[in-house]
Amino acid sequence: MVEFAGFELPVQYSSLTEEHHAVRTRAGLFDVSHMGEIAICGPAALDFVQLISCNDHQKMTIGRAQYTGIMYPEGTFVDDTLVHKMADDEFLLVVNAANRHKNVAYLTELAVDIDGVEVIDLSDDYAQLALQGPLAQEILQPLTSEDLTELKYYRFIEGEVASTAAIIARTGYTGEDGFELYVAPLAAPVLWRAILDRGQPHGVLPAGLGARDTLRFEAGMSLYGNDIDNTTTPLEAGLGWIVKFKKGDYIGRDVLENQKEEGVERKLIGFEMHDRGIARHGYPVFLAEDDTEPISYVTSGTQSPTLGKALGMTYLPIEATEFGTEFFVRIRNRTAPARVVELPFYSRKKD
Amino acid sequence: MTIPDDLKYARSHEWIKAEGDSVVVGISHYAQDQLGEVVYVELPEVGAVFNVGDELGTLESVKAVSEFLAPVAGEVLEVNTRLEDEPNLVNDDSYGDGWLVKISGSTESEELLDAAGYEEFLEQESA
Repeated sequence: MVEFAGFELPVQYSSLTEEHHAVRTRAGLFDVSHMGEIAICGPAALDFVQLISCNDHQKMTIGRAQYTGIMYPEGTFVDDTLVHKMADDEFLLVVNAANRHKNVAYLTELAVDIDGVEVIDLSDDYAQLALQGPLAQEILQPLTSEDLTELKYYRFIEGEVASTAAIIARTGYTGEDGFELYVAPLAAPVLWRAILDRGQPHGVLPAGLGARDTLRFEAGMSLYGNDIDNTTTPLEAGLGWIVKFKKGDYIGRDVLENQKEEGVERKLIGFEMHDRGIARHGYPVFLAEDDTEPISYVTSGTQSPTLGKALGMTYLPIEATEFGTEFFVRIRNRTAPARVVELPFYSRKKD
Repeated sequence: MTIPDDLKYARSHEWIKAEGDSVVVGISHYAQDQLGEVVYVELPEVGAVFNVGDELGTLESVKAVSEFLAPVAGEVLEVNTRLEDEPNLVNDDSYGDGWLVKISGSTESEELLDAAGYEEFLEQESA
């Protein structure tokens, strides 16, 4: 167990790699109740969300979820978040646990000057279970009267699962199909057991933080604090698809527009080690083998359980980001060669 | 918990077996279980000399990097090169084919525990 943002979380229940493979081939169940939930309410809710986010939420209909970044004026990340449109005057932002209080303070401060919007921290009102994997729908369907085949990717409905009121969202952080279920904290243990019972014949496994990290990593999804933070912009992080300019003014827009025009100076890339050794978070990165000053640091890195290779992510100067470019990572006392490869490392076969 | 009687143990979870004038070193069943599936092993150079407690090499699982230490002082005589391609031997056969290094030296050390002592040590650690 590790302490994380005030929650006790298991790194693994059985074996990290078994849990990882279960999610890729069958299903895994994560307790991600530590995630924060912040409601933006009031007649000006949409305007407020538009102000703080680099994505465009104007056309969202009720029941849709959209990924975005909450921006500083520098165009860097306060956090990354999933925005759920609950009603015309209500959005629910699911944020990283470690950033919960920072987000609430930042958003509350901004809302002070705006009429018709309220920021409410609902994190203690929601537990979240994530059922992820190709068999997720098969396992969950018997527990709800909602027709899950009708629930498309990045949509959600409010309904009942195992007799518990839930937000059922077809979202996830693993690169597989799956659902994120938001329920009252007291109802979570019963739902947890119901899903595991129902999923047992399908080989579902409870999965911990360790597998959550390796799964999102293979799928090329950024982790706040590792791959993105208050010094990186979404354009540098390869998240240009969440940066929109056909909308009104928003925090950080000038910087992002300028960066888009001029081109970024550095970019988050994926890499593969082509010698022995595993590059991990924080290891120094060099462009040439005999360089003494690191150009960067590994943002995320591990042995990929699905691909069986040592892979990583780091920021490199734009001129060194072409696929195949060789550079070096210092692993303890030696320097090991790496080369730039395409992100994501893994994407599931869509049917 | 698997703790063979014929081995000695360090508090840093290595096992040591006397073999003539030298000792064989590996990590305990408990240690490999804590580490999870080993995917990479970094071994010392043959001929390198170590003091007790020096870092001999590293074991990496998907989730973590862990050092293994020299339970006795001595010179590295041989390393288990099979681990380059089969690091999982550390998990599958931690007291056998998953051995790590051979060192010149002896198991005569007051710091080392016998099987009963190590079992007691593990109980204290987990208490």
